[in-house]
Amino acid sequence: MNTLSKKTWRTGVALLLLSSLCVLESQPAQAEYGDVVINNQSDAAGMRPAIFPHWFHRIRFRCKVCHADLGFKFKAGGNQISMLKIIDGEFCGACHNGEVAWSVENCDVCHSGKPGTPTQVHGNTVQKLIGGGADKPAEKKQ
Amino acid sequence: MRQRNRFVTGAAALLLWMALGGMPGESMGEDQPAAVNTFNRLMKPKSERNLPPPQDGIHDPANPGTGLLQPPKEAFANMEPLSAGNYVNWVESLKKKRITPRYDRLDPNAEAVVFDLDIVREVKGSMPDVVYPHDRHTQWLDCSNCHPDIFVPEKGKNQISMAQILMGQKCGVCHGKVAFPVSECRLCHSKKKGAAPAAAAAPASQEDAAKAAPKRAK
Repeated sequence: MNTLSKKTWRTGVALLLLSSLCVLESQPAQAEYGDVVINNQSDAAGMRPAIFPHWFHRIRFRCKVCHADLGFKFKAGGNQISMLKIIDGEFCGACHNGEVAWSVENCDVCHSGKPGTPTQVHGNTVQKLIGGGADKPAEKKQ
Repeated sequence: MRQRNRFVTGAAALLLWMALGGMPGESMGEDQPAAVNTFNRLMKPKSERNLPPPQDGIHDPANPGTGLLQPPKEAFANMEPLSAGNYVNWVESLKKKRITPRYDRLDPNAEAVVFDLDIVREVKGSMPDVVYPHDRHTQWLDCSNCHPDIFVPEKGKNQISMAQILMGQKCGVCHGKVAFPVSECRLCHSKKKGAAPAAAAAPASQEDAAKAAPKRAK
């Protein structure tokens, strides 16, 4: 019995060490597929870039609501979104107005990206093939 | 006793093997030359999928709002799995009502205007032909999202190549960005070449299109 518990204990420690190694390894960005980083103005304005989680919104709305009804183009950074427009009820502001969804005073829920992160659709095929952002891969190459 | 001992050792070995399999290949630094030849070096192991925002490398963990964000794994728990993208089969999840996304910004009861027409595209190579299902797309999208800017709504007027799709054009405007990526070949290339059109998967004719079209009128 003693040898058994000793062995189990030793294996347990080894497993713990291994799993902690997996977690602690510094990672390249592993954000969710389809997360859009919008950094048209944020960096210059001293804000963190905004991150739009496609998956979260997709659970609640069909693509059509934003991309047809609200006029969001299928292009990361291609919509010229500004806080002024949002407050006026355009783009994100159509819902993020304190009625359909929480309002603009929660700055850091959207502006939550690491400073300097370029505009991109995270995990997109072009990025995987040649690196950089979604729509201007050559320019944004890191 | 002895059997139990052997069982425990076996289980431990299995766990150890699983843990090793879960080791991130990419993340190994250059100072660990032994790790450069890890198995499936470029494949993301399950432990690195759907990471919570503070650990995903793009969100700033120092930002107070980051902690308020939902971890994707929690949201995906009841959804249908897929082997790529978000590792979620959105179409199946919607079909099985695991999610109930609104079709209208304000009206939770608005029904999607679904257009049911399969388009079969015969491909030049040896891959099976492509069946494009309008119904699964119109569950999510409006006609105007694709027509006429991305696809001319006319037979034979759209040249599509995998190269274009890989570079984010045509189907690649969504597939490879938010919709399932091109690694899932058989989800599109699904019709065996030369096979007689089966009743269930029969490509709808132009007449069907004409019949279905009035449904779109708003």
